[in-house]
Amino acid sequence: MKNPLDSLWGTIVCGLILTLILHNIVRYALGG
Amino acid sequence: MDWVPAIARWLHFMAGIMWIGLLYYFNFVNVAAAKAAAADGTAAGISKHVVPRALVYFRWGAVVTWLAGATLLGANFGNAFLLHKSHLAIGIGAWLGTIMLFNVWVLIWPNQKKILGMVQATDEQKNKARRVAFLASRTNTMLSIPMLYFMAAGGHGALFFG
Repeated sequence: MKNPLDSLWGTIVCGLILTLILHNIVRYALGG
Repeated sequence: MDWVPAIARWLHFMAGIMWIGLLYYFNFVNVAAAKAAAADGTAAGISKHVVPRALVYFRWGAVVTWLAGATLLGANFGNAFLLHKSHLAIGIGAWLGTIMLFNVWVLIWPNQKKILGMVQATDEQKNKARRVAFLASRTNTMLSIPMLYFMAAGGHGALFFG
């Protein structure tokens, strides 16, 4: 499988997915 | 002394723009430009005159950003880095920024020195250094997206997580 970080768009999509995951973890932790 | 956090915030923003601006320059502009320049034989100008200068402001911008951020956290430094509920959003942002600072000084800069010929390296070592520096830089670009989200959320938590 190709490393998504080899492409700029792959890097941006990974960053957005990571943001979504962390956002949900923090929202859950804060009871939101 | 109210002026300490005010000045720290100002410095944090300015140095952060310098650091992340250059990170985006490397990833959005320089990677493709260096590839195109290598194809038409003009890459030497970029690697000799542009990249070393950009790297000075890039790596020291990272240090100033982190130090100003730590000053800004002040007494809440521990709460942020221990991910205490009261400082969870800014704590995640601070950890992501710290990982990025580590990548700059431990992975990107030592490998760039090999690539640019500032330290001795064989062709094989240079090729390996290119890959490590590239992936560390791309990792930082990826991490900058949630990092900036959580930095912004730090001051406006209810809007993001309410």
